Amino acid sequence: MPSFTSRTIPGALQAAPFALVFALFFVLPLVFVAIVSFWDYNDYQMLPTFTTRSYTQTFSGCLTELPGLCTILKTYLSTAKFCLIVWALTLAIGFTIAYFLAFHVRTLTMQMTLFLVCTIPFWTSNVIRMIAWIPLLGRNGVVNQGLMAAGIVDKPVEWLLYSQFSVALAFVHLFTFFMVAPIFNAMMRIDRRLIEAAYDSGASGWQMLTNVIIPLSKPGIAIGSIFVVTIVMGDFITFGVMGGEQIASAGKVIETRLNALQFPPAAANAVLLLGATFVIIAVLNRIVDIRREL
Amino acid sequence: MDKERRTPAFYALAAFFALFVLFLYGPTFVIFLLSFQGPTGGLTFPMNGVSLHWFERLWHGGGIVDIYGAFKRSLALGVVVMALTMMLSLMAGLAFRKRFRGADVLFFVTIASLIVPSIVTSLGIALEFRIFDDLVKSHGPTWLANGFQTSMGNFTSGLGAHLTWTLPFGLLVMFAIFNRFDPRYEEAARDLGATPWQTSRHVIIPIVLPSLIGVGLFGFTLSWDEIARSSQTMGEHNTLPMELQALTTTVTNPDIYALGTATTGVSFAVIALALGFIAILGRRQSRHGSDAGKA
Repeated sequence: MPSFTSRTIPGALQAAPFALVFALFFVLPLVFVAIVSFWDYNDYQMLPTFTTRSYTQTFSGCLTELPGLCTILKTYLSTAKFCLIVWALTLAIGFTIAYFLAFHVRTLTMQMTLFLVCTIPFWTSNVIRMIAWIPLLGRNGVVNQGLMAAGIVDKPVEWLLYSQFSVALAFVHLFTFFMVAPIFNAMMRIDRRLIEAAYDSGASGWQMLTNVIIPLSKPGIAIGSIFVVTIVMGDFITFGVMGGEQIASAGKVIETRLNALQFPPAAANAVLLLGATFVIIAVLNRIVDIRREL
Repeated sequence: MDKERRTPAFYALAAFFALFVLFLYGPTFVIFLLSFQGPTGGLTFPMNGVSLHWFERLWHGGGIVDIYGAFKRSLALGVVVMALTMMLSLMAGLAFRKRFRGADVLFFVTIASLIVPSIVTSLGIALEFRIFDDLVKSHGPTWLANGFQTSMGNFTSGLGAHLTWTLPFGLLVMFAIFNRFDPRYEEAARDLGATPWQTSRHVIIPIVLPSLIGVGLFGFTLSWDEIARSSQTMGEHNTLPMELQALTTTVTNPDIYALGTATTGVSFAVIALALGFIAILGRRQSRHGSDAGKA
């Protein structure tokens, strides 16, 4: 159809403004992060001379303190622990919710309505959804009042808020949606005839789940996992607000450096975080070809 | 399987779903209630009476630095981000339907922008603008360098930072739309002699418009609530969620709940508006007897 295509606007031109935004505000900035991580700095500005000072500082003690762990390794291990806990919880909850919506709710309208119900909180502020736990989990909060009234404890439980518990809880609260959406999407694409075939061949409900539904939902599970794990890896707001600014994380290290206006060490830590993030994605990408599944 | 009876598994899963919804909405509902706390009430239950005291304090800017300024800035930025997200996503969505050079790279970059931690993107943009500022001050022409402060601001670095967050969502929604788009409508228009512009204007855009409003909804609400990418890129003027985050460490009274309720109110109004528009468009399409959009 050459007569048509010659009259249409070239695709590259149509995509140009979109591409320009990412060139200017994403690709180029990442290049600057890499460059500045090798710059020097003093108390009030960065100095464009080459040095590996920011990296040696970041990893200081990693060799001398062996077999003990240096600060940066401890921080990354702690962050990885949060990633694992939050991943397991969001996957379990997200999969169950998606499974219910896709296979137990019968009409499409009802499926979409209930899915929308899960989506709406995603369109409201994360900080407000974090603050919302304060009246529930605080020292005089609802949970403590209830526990004391029931005589289970005689003084308020302190670890409910501004603790590792509240950070993990907030992550699950905020980001389970990122699991529900892709898994639900993958499940909706499963050919219902496969389910019927399995049913007719005498598969039990459990066998259906493990042999048909879970393998076919794998792309959704992988995409959701990438979202959740990378969010926790790079987060500093949830750790800050829900951890009472006391819990270190890979993202929070960068923020701390930035608050001190130490840009080169912040950039070095950002490069490190990027590296860690890409390793995770590479591993998950081996499980499923993400591009093909979108 | 339609005629089958509900299994016990259904009821267990339905109960789980109900608990999940309670978990999602419960806490937010609690701060909604507590924002109507009486004047002597504190951050937790019990409610000491019911009043609009904390909203009134908020209305008078009580205790919160420059709350109006932050509100207006966030609203203006949200609207601009929304408009740009709709426009650029639609154009890019149309472009991706044809093949073009660099399409794979652009797609990869877009997805990467969603996955690279926000703080890294934010830091990068801040560095870019700082280095640019330094260059202007040291090497720029005197008429520009004299009195030059910074190029960073809500509508330069801040806008760019928000777009790197909203556009990937916009493009993914466009992909979902065009995957289901029946190309025969376009072919029919071409066969009837429509120019490419007429095809877009009278065939493609009306069909995708309801979904495009969805993209706008993403654009506004993601920008309205954004903090991580804003943190280093807004220059001297904070947005509303940044003020709210700063408050979490210092506040000791229900001011913050009133602000939270007001902010959530704006989000819900925008969601309701968008869903309302989509419903009206859907009804109009069906009333006009066109089968467009049912594709």
